[in-house]
Amino acid sequence: MALLDLRDVRKTYHLGEVDLPVLKGVTLAIEKGELVALMGASGSGKSTLMNILGCLDHPTSGEYWLDGREISGASTDERAMLRNDLIGFVFQNFNLLTRTSALDNVTMPLNYARVALHETAMRARAEKLLRLVGLEERMDHHPSQLSGGQQQRVAIARALVNQPRLLLADEPTGNLDSRTTEEILQMFRRLNETEGLTVILVTHDPNVADHAKRVIRIRDGLIEDQNAAVAAQLDWP
Amino acid sequence: MKSYRIMATALRALRRNIMRAALTTLGIVIGVAAVIAMMEIGRGSSLAIQRTIATMGANNVLIFPGNAAAAGVSFGAGSILTLTPSDAEAIVADCPSVAAAAPIVRARTQLVYGNRNWVPNTINGTTPSYLDVRDWKASEGVAFTDHDVRNASKVCMVGQTIVRELFNGESPVGREVRLQNVTFKIVGVLAGKGANMMGQDQDDIVIAPWTTLKYRVTGSSATTAANQGTTVVASSSLPSQVYPNAQLSLYSTPSSVQQADTPAPVRFANIDQIVVAARSAELIAPAMDEITSLLRERHHLKPDAPEDFIIRDLTEITKTMSSTSELMTKLLLIVAMISLVVGGVGIMNIMLVSVTERTREIGLRMAVGAQASDILRQFLAEAVVLCLIGGSVGILLGRATSLIVSLTLHWPTATSLGAIIAAVAVSAGVGVIFGYYPAWKASRLDPIEALRYE
Repeated sequence: MALLDLRDVRKTYHLGEVDLPVLKGVTLAIEKGELVALMGASGSGKSTLMNILGCLDHPTSGEYWLDGREISGASTDERAMLRNDLIGFVFQNFNLLTRTSALDNVTMPLNYARVALHETAMRARAEKLLRLVGLEERMDHHPSQLSGGQQQRVAIARALVNQPRLLLADEPTGNLDSRTTEEILQMFRRLNETEGLTVILVTHDPNVADHAKRVIRIRDGLIEDQNAAVAAQLDWP
Repeated sequence: MKSYRIMATALRALRRNIMRAALTTLGIVIGVAAVIAMMEIGRGSSLAIQRTIATMGANNVLIFPGNAAAAGVSFGAGSILTLTPSDAEAIVADCPSVAAAAPIVRARTQLVYGNRNWVPNTINGTTPSYLDVRDWKASEGVAFTDHDVRNASKVCMVGQTIVRELFNGESPVGREVRLQNVTFKIVGVLAGKGANMMGQDQDDIVIAPWTTLKYRVTGSSATTAANQGTTVVASSSLPSQVYPNAQLSLYSTPSSVQQADTPAPVRFANIDQIVVAARSAELIAPAMDEITSLLRERHHLKPDAPEDFIIRDLTEITKTMSSTSELMTKLLLIVAMISLVVGGVGIMNIMLVSVTERTREIGLRMAVGAQASDILRQFLAEAVVLCLIGGSVGILLGRATSLIVSLTLHWPTATSLGAIIAAVAVSAGVGVIFGYYPAWKASRLDPIEALRYE
C-alpha cells in the first residue's frame, strides 16, 4: 500500500457568499521512499494541496490515507499528533526560533511528542542529526549567527528529529543562492537514498524539480501530469 | 507535555527577550513592592496609633466590688468588700489574655508639703503594675517596687499637677510630703497625661503602695500594726529555731475548737478596684470572660448566684480603636489592589503584543505537533512565571523600602507575613487571569495563517 494516498480530494473555500473551489478532485498516490516534486504556478492550488498533505488542513471531501490510516476527518488535535508523529516540515523561510541555539531548535518538536524522551536522549538525537547535516561545529550557534544554507540545514535536522515517515519541503530553496540550493537539494537526495525517506518538494522552480525522481504538476486544482520519471533523473551523478 | 518542560520552555522563551520580560514584570514588581511597603508601613502606623489609643485605657478592664442589697435596698457599687489584692495576682497568673493587673485602694485627703497644701483629685494605693496597666512612665526618678508594697514603705509617686501646685515646678524627687500626718518620700514623678475624655485632670494624682495607704493612712489602726509586729517577732523566735535539736514544745498546741474560739486578728485586705490591661483590644472580651469565671471560682459563688463584683470595659475608646485600625487596613487593601490590577493590565498588554509578535513561532510549534492546549499552557506559564518573578523581586524591594523608611524617617514598620503571602498569591493570580486571554488567543491561531504571518 502507498504511504500516501489521496482519492478525489476536493477543497472549497467559502468567501462570504461565494464558494471558491481550489482543489477539484485530486487523486494521487506516493509510495514509501519516493522523492517527488510538486509543481504548479501560484494560485494553482499547490499550497492548499501541500497543507492537506501536511495535515495542516482537512479536505472538504475525499479520502486521505496516510500510513494506512484514513485521516480526512481527523480533529485539530489528532492532526497535531499526526504531524508530530509522521511528518517533518521544511519551510522556505526556515522558521527557526530566534535567539535559540541550533540544538534547542532541533529538540523543540520532541517536547510535543506523545512518548516523552529523557532530556539526554533528546540531546543525543539532536546532536546526531546536526552531525548528519554537517553542523557539528555550530550546535550552540543562534540562527542569526548562521548563514541561510546553515539555517535551512538546522531546519532539516529539526524536521527529522521525530523520525517522520514523510518530509514535506515547501520551497526549501526559495531564499537561498544557487550554490547552497544545490547543497540542500543534494542533502534531500542523500536522505532519500541512504535513509529511504519519502520527500515531497513543493516548488515552482523547474531546476529544483529536476532533482526529483517524479514530478507532479498541478494546475487549476487538478493533477495535470504525474509522470513517473523525469528526464533529468538520467543526468544524476 | 510535562509541566517541567512547559516551565523550561516558558523560561527559555522569556530569556530570549530578557529586556521585554524585565520591563513587563516591572509593573508587578512595583505593584507588589508597593503592597508590601504600604502594608508594613501602614501596619506599623496602625500599631503606633493603637498603642497611643491604648494609653488612653482602651485595653483596660475595670473590676469593682459588687453592691450589697438588704431587703430590696441596694447600697450601690462597692458596698461589699469582695475584691482582694490576691484576686489581682490570680488574674495575672491565670488569665492568658491579661497582660497586667493592679489593685487600687482609693483615698481622698490633704497632701501637705512645707507650708503648702493641696487635695489631689486621685490618691491611689496600688502596686508597680499600675504603671504597666495604664502604660504610664516615670518622667523623673523611679517607680516604687513590689518590695515597697510588701513592706508598706512610705514612698509615693506624684503627677505633674502636684509638682506644679506644691513644688512650683521644681523637682520633688527625694522630698517628703505628708498625707494625714504620715510622711511619704517622693521617689518618682509620673509623665504628663493631660485630661481624660471626661475632662478630668489625670496628672492630679499621687500613687503609693496600697499597703501603706490602706494600713497607714486610711485604715490605720494600732492593733493591726501591733499585731503585724508581734507576729513577725514570734515567728522568728519559735523554740524550734532557738533550740533546733530540742523536741520540746513550750506551749500546748491549741485544739481546733480553741482556734475557732480565739481567731487570729484578721487583716482586712479588701480593695476598691482592680484595673486590668488585656494583651490587645481584641482580647478584651476573652479577658473579661476569663476574669469572670476566675473570680466566681475564687469567691466560691454558686453557678446560679449573682456576681459579687462588677466588670466593665471602656467600650467607647475600644470602638474608636478598632474602627481606626479597620479603616487603615481597608485603605491599604484598596491601594494594594489598584496597583496590582495596573500591573496585571501591563502584563496582559505585553503578552498580547508578544502573541502577535510570535505568531510565526506559534504556527511553527503547531506545525510540528503542538496542540492548542500546549500553546495555551505555554503562554499561561510565561505570564505566571513573569508574575511570580515580579512578585519575588517586589517582595524584596518592598521590604527594602520599608526598611529604608523605618531607618531614615524613623517611621514605625511591622513585618507582615500575611502581606507577603497575599502578594505572592495575588501576583500568581494576576498572571493567570491577565495571562489567560492572550494565551487563549494564541492557542486559537490557525497554523497555516500563523506560518504565513509577516
